[in-house]
Amino acid sequence: MILVIDMNHKKNTLAFSEFVLPIISVAEKTEACVAKHYSEATQKEIGKYSKIILSGTTLKDNAYLEDVGKFMWIRKTDAPVLGICAGMQIIGAVFDSGVRRCEEIGMTDVETVKKNLLFSGKFSAYELHSRVIDVPEDFCVLAKSKKCAQAIKHKRKDIYGVLFHPEVRNREIIERFVGL
Amino acid sequence: MRLGVLFSGGKDSCYALYKAQKTDEVACLISVISKNKESYMFHTPNISLTKLQAEAIGIPLIQKSTEGRKEDELKDLKSAIRDAIGTHKIEGIVTGAIESVYQAKRVQKICNELNIWCFNPLWMKDQKELLHELVNHGFNVIITGIFAYPLDEKWLGRKIDEKVIDELAVLEEKYQMNPAGEGGEIETTVIDAPFFKKRVDIIESDIKAEGNSGVLVIKKAKLVSK
Repeated sequence: MILVIDMNHKKNTLAFSEFVLPIISVAEKTEACVAKHYSEATQKEIGKYSKIILSGTTLKDNAYLEDVGKFMWIRKTDAPVLGICAGMQIIGAVFDSGVRRCEEIGMTDVETVKKNLLFSGKFSAYELHSRVIDVPEDFCVLAKSKKCAQAIKHKRKDIYGVLFHPEVRNREIIERFVGL
Repeated sequence: MRLGVLFSGGKDSCYALYKAQKTDEVACLISVISKNKESYMFHTPNISLTKLQAEAIGIPLIQKSTEGRKEDELKDLKSAIRDAIGTHKIEGIVTGAIESVYQAKRVQKICNELNIWCFNPLWMKDQKELLHELVNHGFNVIITGIFAYPLDEKWLGRKIDEKVIDELAVLEEKYQMNPAGEGGEIETTVIDAPFFKKRVDIIESDIKAEGNSGVLVIKKAKLVSK
């Protein structure tokens, strides 16, 4: 069972169907999914799932960055984690990296810089972010755009972050993560 | 949150409005009427009916017309949204975008510049599922524009029901046509929905069609009690 974590500022917002359901519709083709808001994702709860995907949020919603303490389970879990946009930013924050302003909206050219199991080569990806992270010490960069790191991975664990939205374009990235 | 819905009077913006009302307060509808028939952003055959539809729904409408020159129409949309912020104190915009990155990106940028929220509750939704939901929730949606092979004028004026959905699904399989028409294959007009206080009664309409392209123009309509 895969846990998809709703990163929006509160439970049951209008943004749920925009940022959480599209991830589920891709992932559930391979494995059943459950969605929970981040406020409900405790260490104990996390342990029940085979993989965890953290959703994005609307451009104006950065509330999760005020709640970094609720995501400390990311450091402890052994389950593969994929953070999308806001999800990638929270992974960075949990691993003590800085978050700074950087805006990309719409299709953007992304280039793979390190071989990995989720994607390869150059591709065009859908972006919707106003912030990016500095790459944390324990992570390597997998892909970048002209402006910033677009994908990262923990050096020893299956913790991935992508700044673009693979549930919009490049859905095979979610399928490959689910298949890890 | 007080929201404004970008409203064309078609099924997607109406369904987005329906969803938005379940979580937030919809304070106004916003319609941009483009004089350019090729407009990627705003053109629909019966956009002028939005005034009557807004009256049927009982939500104020902000209407703005644009010449429809590519980047100017975005300025006009921004100006309409700015009016909605000033008049109705909205904090965000709702759109009926499903797949179109072209439209979504432009509205996202405008909202970002105006520092308001942007919601797309139908984003990436399965298009056949969307049509079924409309029927199940009691939306009365009629086809008022056809713009792709093998559609012809016989489709104009048809109400979207399970039979029509089945026929569109066949066309999707055979011709890779988007069943919900977001690629511009079909345009729709909603004449009744669960949140309509009155329904729209079409009194006079005119079909203009040639080959696989045509519109049903609603020339005269009135509101009737439900």
